[in-house]
Amino acid sequence: MTAFFRGKGWVTGLFIMLALLLVFTRVIQPNYGANDFGSLVRAVLPFAFAVAAQTVVVIAGGIDLSVASMMALTSVIAAAMMDGATEEFALLVVPFVLLVGLSLGALNGILIVVTRVPDIVVTLAMLFVLQGAALLVLDAPGGSAAEWLKELVVGTASVPGVPEAVTDWIPKGLLLLLVCLGIVWIPLRRSWLGLSIYAIGSNQLAAFRSGVPVARTRIIAYAIGGLFGAMGGLTLTMSTGIGAPIPGPYLLASVASVVLGGVVLGGGRGGLIGPIVAVFILRLVRTDLTLLAIDPNVAAIVEGTIMVVVVMLGAFLAMRGRTQ
Amino acid sequence: MSISAAPEPSVSLRRRIKRFMSDQPLVPLLILLALLVIVLQILRPGIVNERWIANTIKFAIPLALLAGCQTMTMLTGGIDLSVGTVATMSAFIMSTQVIDHSPAVAILICMIPAVLIGVANGIGVGIFRVHPLIMTLGTSLIGIGCLQVYQRTVIATGTKVPDFLGWLGTGLSYGIPNALLLFVPAAGLIIFTLSRTGFGRLLYAVGDNEKAARLSGVVYWKVITTLYVISSLLAGIVGLLYVGLIKAPSLSLVEPLVLPSVAAAVIGGTSIFGGRGGYTGTILGALILTVLTTLLTVLQMPEGARRMLFGLIILLVTAAYLRIVEDR
Amino acid sequence: MTTSPLLDATGVAKNYGAVAALRNASLSVLPGEVHALMGANGAGKSTLVKILTGAVSADSGSILIRGQAHEIRSPAQARRAGLVSVYQEPALIPDLDVASNLRLTRTPVEPFRQWVRELGVPDLDLGETARDVPLAIQRVLDLARALAIEPDVLLLDEMTAALPSDLAEKVLDVVRRQAQAGRSVIFISHRFLEIAALCDRATVLRDGETVGVVDIEPGVEERIVELMLGSRMEKARASAADADDGRQSGTTPRIGVRKLRVGAKLQDVSFDLHNGEVLGIVALEGQGQDQLFGALSGSTRPSGGVIEVDGQAVEFAHPTDAVAAGIAYVPGDRADALLMQQSVHHNIALPFSANPRSWGPIDTGRERDIVRSAIERLQIDTRAQGEVQRLSGGNQQKVTIARWIAADARTILCFDPTRGIDVRTKKEIYQLLRQLAEQGKSILFYTSELEEVQLVCDRVVVIFGGKVVDIMPAGIASEAVLTRASYGLPRDAKPASDTSAVNASDKLGPS
Repeated sequence: MTAFFRGKGWVTGLFIMLALLLVFTRVIQPNYGANDFGSLVRAVLPFAFAVAAQTVVVIAGGIDLSVASMMALTSVIAAAMMDGATEEFALLVVPFVLLVGLSLGALNGILIVVTRVPDIVVTLAMLFVLQGAALLVLDAPGGSAAEWLKELVVGTASVPGVPEAVTDWIPKGLLLLLVCLGIVWIPLRRSWLGLSIYAIGSNQLAAFRSGVPVARTRIIAYAIGGLFGAMGGLTLTMSTGIGAPIPGPYLLASVASVVLGGVVLGGGRGGLIGPIVAVFILRLVRTDLTLLAIDPNVAAIVEGTIMVVVVMLGAFLAMRGRTQ
Repeated sequence: MSISAAPEPSVSLRRRIKRFMSDQPLVPLLILLALLVIVLQILRPGIVNERWIANTIKFAIPLALLAGCQTMTMLTGGIDLSVGTVATMSAFIMSTQVIDHSPAVAILICMIPAVLIGVANGIGVGIFRVHPLIMTLGTSLIGIGCLQVYQRTVIATGTKVPDFLGWLGTGLSYGIPNALLLFVPAAGLIIFTLSRTGFGRLLYAVGDNEKAARLSGVVYWKVITTLYVISSLLAGIVGLLYVGLIKAPSLSLVEPLVLPSVAAAVIGGTSIFGGRGGYTGTILGALILTVLTTLLTVLQMPEGARRMLFGLIILLVTAAYLRIVEDR
Repeated sequence: MTTSPLLDATGVAKNYGAVAALRNASLSVLPGEVHALMGANGAGKSTLVKILTGAVSADSGSILIRGQAHEIRSPAQARRAGLVSVYQEPALIPDLDVASNLRLTRTPVEPFRQWVRELGVPDLDLGETARDVPLAIQRVLDLARALAIEPDVLLLDEMTAALPSDLAEKVLDVVRRQAQAGRSVIFISHRFLEIAALCDRATVLRDGETVGVVDIEPGVEERIVELMLGSRMEKARASAADADDGRQSGTTPRIGVRKLRVGAKLQDVSFDLHNGEVLGIVALEGQGQDQLFGALSGSTRPSGGVIEVDGQAVEFAHPTDAVAAGIAYVPGDRADALLMQQSVHHNIALPFSANPRSWGPIDTGRERDIVRSAIERLQIDTRAQGEVQRLSGGNQQKVTIARWIAADARTILCFDPTRGIDVRTKKEIYQLLRQLAEQGKSILFYTSELEEVQLVCDRVVVIFGGKVVDIMPAGIASEAVLTRASYGLPRDAKPASDTSAVNASDKLGPS
């Protein structure tokens, strides 16, 4: 069971489950088409980035409770800066916001390393601090987003030479997600730094003995988490056109997707693909519940229960892993 | 034979202060409280009067009780973020059920979800070993979902806050808040439980050193499950008191008290790592935060700054606490 | 020997707080030699290894490699200086595959493959996750990884402990050739056979000091044992006269251990613990004694065999079951037993509230009386009773035992209770254990200080490699006898070596 859980088999299983869910969706709602898929992707985007942020940190053996606040803060910063500004100015805003995310993530890591306060307490405090900061930037939903940014997640991609029937099913949002994650994750995964992140999560002592600078690697992992969080914040602004200072329900969803995606709480195992597929599954379950004409509030309960059970299972497996 | 306890004359002043702070955490808290009140009086001369004091106490009581949940769970190295949802649920359910039932029945009904969430928290934390923060956050989300569904079913019923809750929440007798009638026994019971019962001892024990407690025959999950049920019940009672104070049941009634409840317990000297602290400090912490909130309002500090400040307080107090412990 | 040493550590000292783990250790390794590093438990061996590998830094002393002074602050720095270690526990990152592990440590792959083949593992899949590789193979991979870097000095810590004999042979063979190629190997092992077969010289540590460097030649085991024991040899022999043989045979034992197995560490252990007896357990570090105590205290599930309490077979699912059967466990690390931030009183009273039936209000008067009498009985200094962490080590240890005297446990499992505490408290604990035994309680007493066996125990069980190698009455269990037995050597010394240890260490002082 555990061997399967961390193997490639798990990710394959998740893909199959996603495919089955899509088929199921088509069965209960024969009209479910490319448009609906596009809106699913748009709904998934912020969740997916939250999950990516959480994944990197969890692989490094930590946890980031501040991820939702980080997204809220970066989102309002972007929306406030772009409010009334030119389209071109947004070209500056995006890298600036990403830099803010990166630095705040690094700050999380530095506080953990320097104060030696456990990650869970530091990021809890940062949850409140970033949330407060978001309220200081915008005390109510507002601001705006550049048109070209908004267009990045609207509509479908057109690839020359590929029939429209196919490209209809490739929303721009999906491409955006894959490009943003890939640009950071693929080089990271192949680098020595990436190995070090897995190493400190897997066994800190062995990592130290293998010559890994543990503290520095931890800070970098949190910084990358912050970077993904900022991307998530930007997608929030892109898809809504405004910034909202109140953090969304991304924390629990990110932890649950990470666990469901085969990344063991405690670190060292798993990859990014599993959690991203998992977050699609969780969102699609939500969609299906709505399509089945279930009260959205009941759907929220079902979704919450699924997430809690998944997290409990993950914690249980992590505990078994420790004792074995 | 070395006895590190014998007060060495060479102990530096800094060390002595640290030791004093960890032995007598209440004294600096009282000083801090007094300072805040004085600053407030200077900024707004005349604001500190009998009515203000009664009002401060009235608003500090629900916070202090909710911080009681955090104190007890933090003693075991946990935290209970579901208290806001639980309190809101009990308040809302009671104020809708009371239209069809007698208050006593309504209160019994509204405690059911509290117990259920407490049991779920206890099982998740005690048996499955989910981090309490994640677990209680999860049950809190589910609870809010349930409450929203519930709201749909009673949308036509309307809400009512029984008079005696209003009397308890807002009333004054001879200038003294009636809420103290609930608070004094409740606080007494918490303090007694923590210091004079076997269960209270175990809270400190599992939070201080779970392994040692285990080797002494303590079964972790039993303690933890009981604890989270008690915490939920207390949160449910806070909901009833708070709805009597605010008089307008809503779906996010008590949510704004969650962060301050954690901060109050941390300020009051309860270690977020477990094993150290007590309820007396928490009560002072709640008073300090209530006065601080007034002060921030007087200074026209925005809500965002307040949250940042509370977050920083949690981080700084925890880091400072680690230093005090390590230096010994 | 005119060549200058490849590694030359002199005057190395390290203090942990007030405790001196190393006072004056030296280690000089010549090119082309396999050098054994030896010492009894607590002699400072592991601290010296930590310093050499950069896990901790020394307080004083110098480390020269090829005549150059080096400051070693991390394993990476040690490696740059030419010193590579293979640790006791596997150092592969469990969740990475072998190839990634090589990349992480920047190890060249081809030489690594060659070494792996040479070490007797022909079919290694580099894509396999380290966690799935059997433990013995992981050790081999660790060694191959170290060899592939071509270090000047190779440090092997208990390299062969987890290896089956065929792999161990290959390893020894490779190590020998490594030395022939002009490199040096520091070899740490508890197995005299290996050391005799492999090493050229041995450095012996005792009480944090280098007490001798000997050439390995036939019969050197006795001299090494003598060096490790030092002046304690004489005293131990003198008291070996009054043999007191097995008591209470025939009655039902309080605890019967029958063919107990726990994982791979403890294999097939059987013995009886009688009422009114202090039974000693003697073993080198990591021979399975932790697992034995874990199983008896309900912390670890045995993988085979039976534990009997008063003649009845029992299964402990949780320490609470053992406590209910009157078996209390005092772990070796006080930090595992104490509530450091709580008072002496609360620590002693802890077992009282463990059961949910006693979660209610505490009868403070009665509790105070019981606790007070336990405190008086152990003469705990209560001036700092507010918080246990402010007590001295000795008083802390007394609290861990007082708890079970207050709870009136019938059997106490004491794991090295006198480690790192002052002499007076040690004596008090010996007396206490004897008194308890006289009252009919039974005590299982693991100790790393062999002299304690004759001071406290009635009988002693010696464990080596997870098996009972000897059970003897304490009367004949002198330190020399126990040391030999715990290294798996025959109980009695060969009469050949009669050199007094004091002379030996004078002659063999570091040159």
